[in-house]
Amino acid sequence: MTTNESGTHGAILPDVAPEGEDGPIVELRNAGKAYGNIRALHGVSLKVFPSQVTCVLGDNGAGKSTLIKIISGLHQHTEGEFLVDGTPVRFSTPRDALDKGIATVYQDLAVVPLMPVWRNFFLGSEMTKGPWPLRRLDIEKMKQTADQELRNMGIVLDNLEQPIGTLSGGQRQCVAIARAVYFGARVLILDEPTAALGVKQSGVVLKYIAAARDRGLGVIFITHNPHHAYMVGDHFSVLRLGTMELSASRSEVSLEELTNHMAGGAELAALKHELAQVRGVDVEELPEEEDLTAPVASSEGAA
Amino acid sequence: MTQHAEPAVTTPPAPGPKETDGRTAERPLALRLLARPEVGVFLGAAAVYVFFLIAAPPVRDGSAMATVLYQSSTIGIMALPVALLMIGGEFDLSSGVAVITSALTASMLSYQLTLNVWAGVFVALLVSLAVGFFNGWMVVKTGLPSFLVTLGTFLILQGANLAVTKLVTTNVATDDISNMDGFEQARKVFASSFDIGGVQVKITVFYWLVFAAIATWVLLRTKYGNWIFAVGGNKESARAVGVPVTFTKISLFMLVGLGAWFVGMHQLFTFNTVQSGEGVGQELIYIAAAVIGGCLLTGGYGSAIGPVFGAFMFGMVNQGIVFAGWNPDWFKAFLGVMLLGAVLINLWVRQSATRR
Repeated sequence: MTTNESGTHGAILPDVAPEGEDGPIVELRNAGKAYGNIRALHGVSLKVFPSQVTCVLGDNGAGKSTLIKIISGLHQHTEGEFLVDGTPVRFSTPRDALDKGIATVYQDLAVVPLMPVWRNFFLGSEMTKGPWPLRRLDIEKMKQTADQELRNMGIVLDNLEQPIGTLSGGQRQCVAIARAVYFGARVLILDEPTAALGVKQSGVVLKYIAAARDRGLGVIFITHNPHHAYMVGDHFSVLRLGTMELSASRSEVSLEELTNHMAGGAELAALKHELAQVRGVDVEELPEEEDLTAPVASSEGAA
Repeated sequence: MTQHAEPAVTTPPAPGPKETDGRTAERPLALRLLARPEVGVFLGAAAVYVFFLIAAPPVRDGSAMATVLYQSSTIGIMALPVALLMIGGEFDLSSGVAVITSALTASMLSYQLTLNVWAGVFVALLVSLAVGFFNGWMVVKTGLPSFLVTLGTFLILQGANLAVTKLVTTNVATDDISNMDGFEQARKVFASSFDIGGVQVKITVFYWLVFAAIATWVLLRTKYGNWIFAVGGNKESARAVGVPVTFTKISLFMLVGLGAWFVGMHQLFTFNTVQSGEGVGQELIYIAAAVIGGCLLTGGYGSAIGPVFGAFMFGMVNQGIVFAGWNPDWFKAFLGVMLLGAVLINLWVRQSATRR
């Protein structure tokens, strides 16, 4: 992998949502989902703008998966509104979402491990040439395009013929992202792309998230790692127990606050007094409840 | 530090066109060749061939070779769709008796209704495709393992073959159809021979090789071939990227039906009559030929050329034992050893060749 650490602050992006000329591509208004009488998600509002990374954070069971499934067309919302380009929509299959330019890179990446990289890249949307009975794969063109697209995302592979299963987790993730970008995704949903990766691999993936953003895509980055989220995010939404606990743009929240929200800070603060009764528990470092209420701009810097 | 810090990560620079990352050296040609699914079986087939050339001198004769090839072709024509199905991640245990079902249908229909045999041939094709469709549809819709579904079909067809034949002809075999309209024509298509340099070669040998070439082309050079690998390698991923999984699986089962029809027609027009109890156990031979041919039992990997050599190994051993003057009772034992050996060699070759 080529890494270039200089110029990491090169991209100048607005912190707040661009007003007027560019509305959100995807918008949820008080959306929710109930499975039978279980409310998995309720009252979630989210806007995804082009060239912005919207991070959705939350612990296990917070409703992240349900949220992605609604946006990617696997499930339908049961309350609230779901708008694409300002028009209310209701997807019945992932294909509908894809047609609107919403692509999802799942945790399992939707790749076939034993197939070569270039075949995986074009799987389901193969390029062909020739008239019908002899219509065949345009292998040269596919390999060239795949190579070019991967290079545009900064990924260099020596051999596109190698089975994708032999790539590292981070590389596979990047191929999946490059594929979604090439096939015209306007919104990219990344489901915990760094969850199973080491520190260095995660860094590589974060770079490609930034690359996708710089190519004008709206990125929804699902994670439970606030550090990763803060590296690339423009807007942060924290889910807890199926509802929105925090929704703040980058300028309104510090990494510290984000981490606290993620770590269950509000609950811990409430428990502070109880914990103080217990010998041996150090409560000095725990934040007070009032520190965590509203997403207010803090003068504390990010770590 | 200020709060409006830009996101810390930005686009990596696009690397130049010629650059490689230099961490993976090109593997030697020999190793890359060995990683192909059909190379192991090719070496195995060559070894068996050379072995019988030495051990059984009559094999060196052209007509003996033609017999070996004929034997191989009747297995090989079915091993092709069975291999494609296996690459697509499924099994068909009913393929052996489905051959007989097809032959019985054509034979009884044309004889009992005194139709031109082509009518029977055509209806048999529909029946075979329907059996394949049923298998595929059941597997896809229920999500049950194809092993179970096709085991059911296997038993149903085995029973129906016997029962219906007895009901219709009051015998376990069908009546001789050799003097019916269209028989000679159909025999020319399905069961004739060609003279090549004084050696009579059965037409199935040509069909076998032509079908193998088509299957290879489809598998490696078409969208459909790409889908076969994908549905066998990871069904959920394939579905997620828009591959028509249901269509691919059902059509693969129907291809097996097509193969069963073809071989069934060959048997019918070679022997004029069909024994209704035959075909049991053949399905395992086809599966073995595909596995020896380098197809992964769990799907997603394999070739169409491999099963050609796999079938050739079967034909070679089957006839070679006879030509060598050994007791043919040993055939199955020999095959078992060969199957295990081939699978082990394949495993070893693939592991050593794909090691990173």
